[in-house]
Amino acid sequence: MKKKIAMYWGAGCGGCDVSLLGVHEKLLDLLGEVDIVFWPCAMDFKYEDLEKMEDGSIDIAFYNGAIRTSENEEIAKLLRKKAKMLVAYGSCATEGCVIGLANLYAREEIFDAIYLNNETTPDGKIPSHELPEFLPVLKTLDSVVKVDAFIPGCPPPKPVLEAALNALLNGKTDFLSNLALCDECPRRDSKPDKLEINEIKRWHSSNDDGRCFLAQGIICMGLATRAGCKAECITASIPCTGCMGGVDGLSGVSAMSAIASLINGEDEEKERKIIESIEDVVGTFFKYSAAKLLPYGRVKDES
Amino acid sequence: MSFEPKIVAFLCNWCAYAGADLAGVSRLKYPANIIPIRVLCSGRIDPEFILHAFRNGADGVFIGGCHPGDCHYIKGNYHARRRILLTKKLLKEMGINEKRLRLEWVSATEGRKFANVVSQFVEEIRQLGPLEAKK
Repeated sequence: MKKKIAMYWGAGCGGCDVSLLGVHEKLLDLLGEVDIVFWPCAMDFKYEDLEKMEDGSIDIAFYNGAIRTSENEEIAKLLRKKAKMLVAYGSCATEGCVIGLANLYAREEIFDAIYLNNETTPDGKIPSHELPEFLPVLKTLDSVVKVDAFIPGCPPPKPVLEAALNALLNGKTDFLSNLALCDECPRRDSKPDKLEINEIKRWHSSNDDGRCFLAQGIICMGLATRAGCKAECITASIPCTGCMGGVDGLSGVSAMSAIASLINGEDEEKERKIIESIEDVVGTFFKYSAAKLLPYGRVKDES
Repeated sequence: MSFEPKIVAFLCNWCAYAGADLAGVSRLKYPANIIPIRVLCSGRIDPEFILHAFRNGADGVFIGGCHPGDCHYIKGNYHARRRILLTKKLLKEMGINEKRLRLEWVSATEGRKFANVVSQFVEEIRQLGPLEAKK
């Protein structure tokens, strides 16, 4: 019997929906094996269609995007009820992704920046239509409902997605690598035996010489990020920013710990300067997991 | 009820923990607000431990290590120094007052210093008030 699958998008960019097409010709095999019963982004389904389904009648429901509005939350709960297996698809659903950085600001500040004090919006006002509520903080899927499996990545890279679909359709959930990205990095041989950072460089203002990014003083999250993407970014000469999440726990904390210890510490003053030169710690180390770092939003402790 | 700060103290086995022990056997007085946790080296303290403490209700985190040059494992305390600097930056961006995290060098003979810095720190956290990380 064909498996019934559903795909829903919460607060995301739509890249996850597109990434499903990124498995190319494998998609045809996939469509032979499954029935799509709900996919609002690609086909005409209404919420009431989903409501009418029997509880537990969907085999696998994929949820991409984070939970930003009350609508996202409602559908997440509904899908949980209707599906045997609920899968967080992509970095937004798993860790909150880039939009999770909004948790550094209060809802009022976000509205202010978008509607009121925005140069490109003259005479702005906060819209007052009947819309789903914009929640005070951005949530990840697993903070709202029980999640059976996570497919990380922004969007999930092809090899990860293929492995995940293969495993999930066969009822398995162990498809993620437990190694760090350095393990499959094409630049791993250029990593010196002893890494030492004497200066933090930004990628866009340095001349990449093709060696390990950390050896060049460019922050690369590969050392704390889960492998599996076949180092797509590094192959394109861009340091890893950590979209695959950590191997165990938050990748940002492990990366902070590791990179801080690589900094040259002969001289306290110099060490302080190097650390001071790291701009935007949350944005650098928690680009994809700020919603996990700040699940209740920014802490109010300024005194 | 008046506010009593909860402080988690990570103390290195070779210096700060021994220093705390000395403060105890010397019958020095210091506030009972700290919960000491012995680690083998201050370089063992992952920023995750610190965040975990704050997430679970600590109002302050104290870290005691060996003086520079005195580390039992040669360089552990230097690693700690850099990690704490970076973690303080992170706390600031998260909205947590960086004063809630304190690193002090305490040797095994400095029982008095231990009692002093802990009393000072507890007082400072008392002034800052409770950390409501869950709000």
